[in-house]
Amino acid sequence: MKHTLVARVQDQPGVLNRVASLFRRRAFNIDSLTVGQSETPGFSRMTFVVDAARVPARLVEENLRKLIPVADVHDVTHVPTVDRDLALIRVSCAPGERAEIAGLVEIFRGKVVDVASESVIVEVTGDAGKVDGLVELLKPRGLLEMVRTGKVAMVRGAAAGNGNGANGNGNRS
Amino acid sequence: MIRTGAQIVWESLVREGVEVVFGYPGGAILPTYDAMLDYPIRHVLVRHEQGAAHMADGYARASGRVGVAIATSGPGATNLVTGIATAMLDSIPTVFITGNVPSKLLGSDAFQETDITGITLPITKHNALVTDVREVARTLREAFAIARAGRPGPVLVDICKDTQQAKTEFEWPDRVDLPGLRPAPFPDPLGLERAAELIAKAERPLILAGHGVLRSGATRVLLDFAERTDTPIALTLLGLGGVPASHPLNLGMMGMHGEAYVNSAIQHADLLLAFGMRFDDRVTGNLATYAPHSKKIHVEIDPSEVGKNVAVDVAIVADLRLSLEALLPVVAQASHPAWREEIGRGKAETRTRDIIHQPDGGRLYAAHVIHDLWRATRGDAVVVTDVGQHQMWEAQYFAHEAPRSLITSGGLGTMGFALPAAIGAKFARPDAEVWVIAGDGGFQMTQAELATLQQEQLDVKIAVVNNGYLGMVRQWQEFFYDKRYAATPILSPDFVKLAEAYGIPGHRVTQRAEVMDAVNRVRETPGPGLIDFRVEKEEAVYPMVPAGANLDAMIRRPVNEEVRA
Repeated sequence: MKHTLVARVQDQPGVLNRVASLFRRRAFNIDSLTVGQSETPGFSRMTFVVDAARVPARLVEENLRKLIPVADVHDVTHVPTVDRDLALIRVSCAPGERAEIAGLVEIFRGKVVDVASESVIVEVTGDAGKVDGLVELLKPRGLLEMVRTGKVAMVRGAAAGNGNGANGNGNRS
Repeated sequence: MIRTGAQIVWESLVREGVEVVFGYPGGAILPTYDAMLDYPIRHVLVRHEQGAAHMADGYARASGRVGVAIATSGPGATNLVTGIATAMLDSIPTVFITGNVPSKLLGSDAFQETDITGITLPITKHNALVTDVREVARTLREAFAIARAGRPGPVLVDICKDTQQAKTEFEWPDRVDLPGLRPAPFPDPLGLERAAELIAKAERPLILAGHGVLRSGATRVLLDFAERTDTPIALTLLGLGGVPASHPLNLGMMGMHGEAYVNSAIQHADLLLAFGMRFDDRVTGNLATYAPHSKKIHVEIDPSEVGKNVAVDVAIVADLRLSLEALLPVVAQASHPAWREEIGRGKAETRTRDIIHQPDGGRLYAAHVIHDLWRATRGDAVVVTDVGQHQMWEAQYFAHEAPRSLITSGGLGTMGFALPAAIGAKFARPDAEVWVIAGDGGFQMTQAELATLQQEQLDVKIAVVNNGYLGMVRQWQEFFYDKRYAATPILSPDFVKLAEAYGIPGHRVTQRAEVMDAVNRVRETPGPGLIDFRVEKEEAVYPMVPAGANLDAMIRRPVNEEVRA
């Protein structure tokens, strides 16, 4: 099963390398990893989607927590979250089909953000399922290029920043 | 006060209580060596940086304090790597300081440049590259704190040459503020309660005690616990000495070369209490059939070890001594005579196969040599072993009564460890009798440190168990590769002459009858001494669980009918 882990890490040289090295050497299977700024200066936020089929997600979490620049880690898989993935998709599109594609994309609350003579670039944001759905619909038309950011997640409701207490591990961070 | 980065290195080490460092100078670390002369820290010049790393490691294992090694950039730094990995796998608190090329040359493939922080990333608990002189003190302060905290380990600090030369106001940080450095958690009351329930129900309980007993200083409370609950104790290799060998509840070593009755007890127990150990593959054998009838309680300071290899019923993630102190008052007095009797029968049966109880028939067995060393020293010595057959015989036939009396590379199994680690151990415990026990193969890997031994005028005694083979590998070839001895016969120098070339008295022993005399002669002569024991060439370590086999599927030594009678 896929688990979503959210980590707050010190923003310092080599921290991504430490995380990547951990996943590599322990053969943890990673579906996606996103890194970006957090609300605290000096700290970045990482969102991991890991496949816990071979190694329990708890062990991935505990190993991440052992890295010194990692301030805290939370498994938010089983708590309500807002999940988002952004995709840019270049799809074949004859001039006569533009309106049709635009209409299709709009159903997914995406938009056409660039137009060329025989293709368009579509932007869509949403949870992974929604993005997957649009990709499937566009594929038969000729999917020329795609980039996805990977998942970012935030716990819903009043839980502070990193989902403290969401999985009973808040006391260890 | 204004100080150079190099001076700050020593100011920091002095404040961390460092009394000795092991190292080798070179271009990129020269400013630090130059500053060293003004500080009250002893420097031990090694013959190869791997030796420095093992010395720092041996010092840490023998003392419980942080061991420190220093090297230059490039080859100096890469030569440390085996020693760093050794310390990592056995959780040894160590700090490695390396010089690097001037910061403006980083990444340019400058002379003797290596990315040592990149290289050591997976084999250190943490590492750091310092290019700003204002960061030197803080980074070293953090390095020592990280090395000691929780489950200890090696930390490497790489300092550019211009950073060592630059000046700044020296300020020693009064505290370490790292968000990722968490204080060890206290034992969870719910976990303790559930553990106590399982302990109360158990009829065939068994304690598996590991290195954590030594690290946390849990010997006394562990014995109190074992006595109160009448629970036998099996030890891992690194746990030896954590419980006195002579204690009636101590069964001895478990695992691949553990005694058959110990492994059999593990397989038949109804409760395993894993205390400060990590269910390494060398102690479990086949995980699918491991201890199938038992509930399991795991007390372990590193949460990432819980459930890694063996699923457990109760986990207490905390310091072992604190956990046992909390557990002791809530467990009831118990008695398991039938269970102890069952184990005792296995122990009696083992006696008939035990080489110690077999006549030597005029041959010199390594196991007999090691047992005689124990008799000569009455076990009152710090023994530092290398890796291989002699290491296992030592574990079986040298009875350790005290923590930190055995120093050995368990996790990484590093040949060449013994001699340099013993030098480090002697600095940590100058009043202890320190013995190296090494095979002829491993000893040759780091024998250059004989010169260090002599230069430092250290009283370290050396027993080379010389069988002309890479013995443990030969044994695997004998058992599993149809006796095809590929690259295991090994030529050695004349170790007696070699020792003498370094100014160290050397002796040779070829008969059992000569062992005690030679050992006593070396013991009575102050300063280093070496004995070359020419032992049986094709002897095997018994019993043995083949790698990945069921723990009770052991290859046993044939029964000796004379002993049976």
